[in-house]
Amino acid sequence: CRSCDQQNDGCRSLSLSGHVGVDSLPDQLVNKSIKQGFCFNILCIGETGIGKSTLIDSLFNTSFDDPVSTHFQPNVRLRAQTYELQESNVRLKLTIVSTVGFGDQIKKEESYQPIVDYIDAQFEAYLQEELKIKRSLHSYHDTRIHVCLYFISPTGHSLKSLDLLTMKSLDSKVNIIPIIGKADSVSKTELQKFKVKLMSELVSNGVQIYQFPTDDETVSEINAIMNGHLPFAVVGSTEEVKVENKMVKARQYPWGIVQVEDENHCDFVKLREMLICTNMEDLREQTHARHYELYRRCRLEEMGFRDTGPENKPVSLQEAYEAKRHEFYIEMQRKEEEMRQVFVQRVKEKEAILKEAEQEIQAKFEHLKRLHQEERLKLEKNRRVLEDEMAMFIKKKAAAELLQTQALVSTPVNFKKDKDRKK
Amino acid sequence: MSELVPEPRQKPAVPMKPMGINANLLGYIGIDTIIEQMRKKTMKTGFDFNIMVVGQSGLGKSTLVNTLFKSQVSRKSSGWNREEKIPKTVEIKAIGHVIEEGGVKMKLTVIDTPGFGDQINNENCWEPIEKYINEQYEKFLKEEVNIARKKRIPDTRVHCCLYFISPTGHSLRPLDLEFMKHLSKVVNIIPVIAKADTMTLEEKTEFKQRVRKELEVNGIEFYPQKEFDEDLEDKTENDKIRESMPFAVVGSDKEYQVNGKRVLGRKTPWGIIEVENLTHCEFALLRDFVIRTHLQDLKEVTHNIHYETYRAKRLNDNGGLPPMTVETEENHESNL
Repeated sequence: CRSCDQQNDGCRSLSLSGHVGVDSLPDQLVNKSIKQGFCFNILCIGETGIGKSTLIDSLFNTSFDDPVSTHFQPNVRLRAQTYELQESNVRLKLTIVSTVGFGDQIKKEESYQPIVDYIDAQFEAYLQEELKIKRSLHSYHDTRIHVCLYFISPTGHSLKSLDLLTMKSLDSKVNIIPIIGKADSVSKTELQKFKVKLMSELVSNGVQIYQFPTDDETVSEINAIMNGHLPFAVVGSTEEVKVENKMVKARQYPWGIVQVEDENHCDFVKLREMLICTNMEDLREQTHARHYELYRRCRLEEMGFRDTGPENKPVSLQEAYEAKRHEFYIEMQRKEEEMRQVFVQRVKEKEAILKEAEQEIQAKFEHLKRLHQEERLKLEKNRRVLEDEMAMFIKKKAAAELLQTQALVSTPVNFKKDKDRKK
Repeated sequence: MSELVPEPRQKPAVPMKPMGINANLLGYIGIDTIIEQMRKKTMKTGFDFNIMVVGQSGLGKSTLVNTLFKSQVSRKSSGWNREEKIPKTVEIKAIGHVIEEGGVKMKLTVIDTPGFGDQINNENCWEPIEKYINEQYEKFLKEEVNIARKKRIPDTRVHCCLYFISPTGHSLRPLDLEFMKHLSKVVNIIPVIAKADTMTLEEKTEFKQRVRKELEVNGIEFYPQKEFDEDLEDKTENDKIRESMPFAVVGSDKEYQVNGKRVLGRKTPWGIIEVENLTHCEFALLRDFVIRTHLQDLKEVTHNIHYETYRAKRLNDNGGLPPMTVETEENHESNL
């Protein structure tokens, strides 16, 4: 038989005459997710010593070994650690980010900024991956913060102004679950009044905290009830104490034992239920579908992209890209032209200088040549004079010698005659 | 071992590389409830599946789709209407249906391609199909790239293409090879041997071997592609499936009484061919493969691999932008 219901954008509704197997689809999807593993990132914000690490240890039933920090941090830092947990066949990559030094400084105006920067940095990394040309989104390690546990000091009065400021700057970026830390220092009656005061302050200041979803019938009831118990007053402990023959996580005081997992003593079990067992998937989805999309939209608009161009015609991101690229290209060309001009100018100048230098050298050379020439002429003259003198001297010498030899020839005869005479 | 973010106020701080520390759990926490949470969410949102059937007329495409989804998906009744003309060009007809079973809602879109391979000159008759597939990728890309985008982008991309091979018993036709060569790179192709009741068991095995050999020689990777096997488990499972593909199927939407049970089958003078009987034909294998075990994987391969390839090519080719809009493509189609 054929049913002709027009629903879901005009699609016909088919009636099946046998088992097709479509009901195995959720299982197929779940099995793939199990194979890939899950990611969950928790951010804990709270003053030093309010019990963040202890609470996380209690929540996940293990000791994560965080070193205790001092109160003398100069500014707020964030410390992130990743753990791989496995329960039955589910593998979870859990990242815990804690603030270090929050609320310790004397001047606290800058305290929330590093936190905002960190959250934005995770969104930015995801956005960059998404915008890449060659991307690997399905194997990307998601570091975006899925939930923020904000620890409120158990003063019993109201929110601190730092708390309001921080939560206000974070409520549009992350799912905030406010909790009262070290709640065993507040008595039951005070606690009730405290909770009411806190919630009304949050509402009157317009802080949007995470509401457990109430649209799925199976969990809407319990979620609605839990929404009424916010903020959760928690006590954490990793030490075990024997109570009625059982070892339970508890804190031992002289006046009694505060059991962490006793719902009359604190809201720890409620927190664990809500955070992990009921709404972990919803937290992840809200982070991706709401907070990340908002960040992405703002960022792209900041970068200058619009969905609608002038005259309100829809402009795709790619067209905007092209326009920007064109602009950039023209700018580059202009700059290139400028640089070329400058270069040509410089070359000309250098050439002129070199030419001048060359001319100078040439002139010097000429001058030197002339000098040299003159010197040579002078020397030539002198030489000739000298040669002449030499020639004359030789002549005179020759003449003198001749005379001498002539004289010599004549005198020895005379000498002989003289000799003879003497005899 | 802790890693500290350097200065606060750095713009923007580099997200740190997490170092996994295996923590031992003492006692039950409830992390595995995330499976239930996820299952509930997916049941609420429902699934999309788009399947395309390609093959010459008369190969039993519509009947097979009806048999797969056990309902009258295509409005072709058993007698082929003589008034329906074979279209002059390849047309692409996409019809959407909603199936609900066991609380799970699925939006099924069957994309029919009448006119494929039916003309005298079948040159490039795969082009309209390739264009249609790329158009769906383009549509998705445009949506994804918007600044303010929808919570759930409507997925019209073709997740699976059933290609019908004529049961000649010899080998693949040139048209088959050409089509599969061009399209195995953009979409998951599952070849099926249609009207397999014309072959005996030996003929079937031989034909299948020959077809597989030819596909391998021509470098055609049909789904499940060897290169996308993620781990050893996948590989062994998929190897088994690849060895028995292409599935030789018989389709029917008529029921007959066999051994006291009503079964879907074809009645012939020499016996009733039971569609869901594994000794008669491999329809049950195909159905289990496509719907019950690998549907999600088909979608994931389409999204993570084929779509990403298209996107990377697109963004690279034009330095980040398309030269044409979807509107002009539609104009082209009507001119064909």
